[in-house]
Amino acid sequence: MATIEIRDVRKEFGDFTAVQSSSFTIEDGEFFMLLGPSGCGKTTTLRMIAGLELPSAGEIRIDGRDVAQLPASKRDIAFVFQMFALYPHMTVRGNISYPLKSQGMARAQVRAKVAEVAGILGIEDILDRPVGGLSGGDRQRVALGRAIVREPKAFMMDEPLGALDAEFRERMAEELRALHDRMGATTVYVTHDQLEAMQMGDKIVVMNHGVVEQFGTPQDIYDWPATLFVADFIGDPPMNPLRFRGRVGAGAAVVRLGEVEVPVPTQREGRSGALVLGVRPEHVALDDAAPLRGEVLATEYLGTTQIVTLGTAHGTVKARAPASDPVRVGARTGLALDPRAITLFDEADGRALRSAGNEGVLG
Amino acid sequence: MAEVALSGLTKRFGRAVGIADVDLTVPDGALVVLLGPTGAGKTTTLRLIAGLEAPDAGTVRIGGRDVAGESPAQRDVTMVFQQYSLYPHLTVAENLAFPLRSPVIAASEEAIRRRVGEVAEILRIPHKLGNKATELSGGEMQRVSIGRALVREPAVHLMDEPLSSLDAKLRSDLRVELKRIQENLGATLLYVTHDQIEAMTMATHVGVLDRGRLAQFGTPREIYADPESLYVAGRLGLPRINALPAATFPGAPPGAATVALRPEMIRHDHGPEARVRRIERLGDQTRLHLDLAGHAVVTLADPHTDLAPGAVLHVRPEGALWFDAEGRRLRGSA
Repeated sequence: MATIEIRDVRKEFGDFTAVQSSSFTIEDGEFFMLLGPSGCGKTTTLRMIAGLELPSAGEIRIDGRDVAQLPASKRDIAFVFQMFALYPHMTVRGNISYPLKSQGMARAQVRAKVAEVAGILGIEDILDRPVGGLSGGDRQRVALGRAIVREPKAFMMDEPLGALDAEFRERMAEELRALHDRMGATTVYVTHDQLEAMQMGDKIVVMNHGVVEQFGTPQDIYDWPATLFVADFIGDPPMNPLRFRGRVGAGAAVVRLGEVEVPVPTQREGRSGALVLGVRPEHVALDDAAPLRGEVLATEYLGTTQIVTLGTAHGTVKARAPASDPVRVGARTGLALDPRAITLFDEADGRALRSAGNEGVLG
Repeated sequence: MAEVALSGLTKRFGRAVGIADVDLTVPDGALVVLLGPTGAGKTTTLRLIAGLEAPDAGTVRIGGRDVAGESPAQRDVTMVFQQYSLYPHLTVAENLAFPLRSPVIAASEEAIRRRVGEVAEILRIPHKLGNKATELSGGEMQRVSIGRALVREPAVHLMDEPLSSLDAKLRSDLRVELKRIQENLGATLLYVTHDQIEAMTMATHVGVLDRGRLAQFGTPREIYADPESLYVAGRLGLPRINALPAATFPGAPPGAATVALRPEMIRHDHGPEARVRRIERLGDQTRLHLDLAGHAVVTLADPHTDLAPGAVLHVRPEGALWFDAEGRRLRGSA
């Protein structure tokens, strides 16, 4: 069980900065996601927490003790990799008990420990099978068993489900999260899949180009993105960016997109120039009476809902509408944006402007 | 472009069933998606149509013509695979022109240039025509391999999971684009995937395959709203449909063994008690994982619900689907 604090941690490889000065805290017992596209520095960050890389600067505190320059073996954490590397010549039991035997634990104790872990993972009946013939899911469970049997302070997982197909990934994600809920061990989990991060995480750090873009709960990050990058990376379809030139004053509750006035949350800071109005697809309603106009370019049926793609003077906008709404490609319609759910961004630096909506999240 | 009709099509591999007695018509100008998990017989069906495999029984008709005995080239089909296979030493333009230079087609250089230009426009890659194939991103490469099929204007395009190796954003862009292209060209397209989103968003018709058999064929809306079996009900919809013993709720028709409820078919006002185990906030929707008399049930709540784990709801089905012990749909009740 552990609280992990990351303080101003940087990592450079020669001239290349993999991780810019980053700070965030992983609370005891949290399922914590490091999320971002490939090359964003998320795996490097994980490896620094685990002690597989040493940071160029900064502190990593596990339960208050700075371990930044300690090797992995001194940190008491377990690492689960994407490719579950099992000892192929051993049985399931041999694989799971290996870390305990190498610690010199007594045989009877090892047996009891392995039985307990097998019970947690539901693999009691395959303990004496060789790992060679196991299904992907069972192999993954064995790899997890080997990690949890040591009762480390924390688990590090680097895209452990990345190699699995979609249906199976969904099931394993559920299983992993349920396992976490039973054990309550601090877990740091790297993924590039925003849905996986939203689904499993208590907290998410979104990274891009070695920079922490945002840190918070999944719902806060989804509702109130701090940057255009987060707005685009989180959500499927992502937040719609309506680009316009204009100005917005502190205290304003409306912006002008060309000729059209759009109500927004009361703004706490003003800005002028190239701005972006961000609105999520489920907050765009098709309404003939709305002054913001668009033409339907495509519809995508999804069962309960449909995604309607519209062309507007400010770019393409996607709306999520009930599947029962009759929507015809080529039709012209109005777009009503829910004023409570809009974020304005400065296009130049990509940062969200503070408003009555997001000030609680952006701090 | 032409209609493709399969009748009684069967293919075995030793003892294993590839596909069994498949009857299916791809109408002229339609985009038919064959949906199923690994091993359902999707790719086998494509390969039988393309002439890469010979059937054990049944016929394949393309434009009304029985193509048994015709070589793949004579069948006038194109095939796009999951792994784009471009000629790395050729430019994009040369890759696109390659199929037209086949002696079977014998197009003039002028016609080739015109057609390559048209297809590059359609795919929005005219500025890449001079690039080597190896200088393209993954999405561009897959667009070129689709383009290599489009230059041909065959009787039918066959595509085997062409988007599955791409990342999520690119996949969703190409889904819309491929559908737009298919509609504009009026092309007949048979598309194979295990991705239900692709099936629902792109298809004019979906064929659901279950261990080599065609379980249902219809529009995406028919398949989603009116599944004929529990298997089909489980293929579409995310989160997956909940299947519970029929006795869980009142109103089961005679012979019902299972009641199936999509997450959005569950009302939270009265009925049996269910306890919230876990809450998943996905942003646009919040999923409640419930324990209902020992069964796991997933339902949806308002994205900003203040329900917490441990809370107790009363749940009631609305528009439940009932199935018999064999998983066949029972109609006309509750």
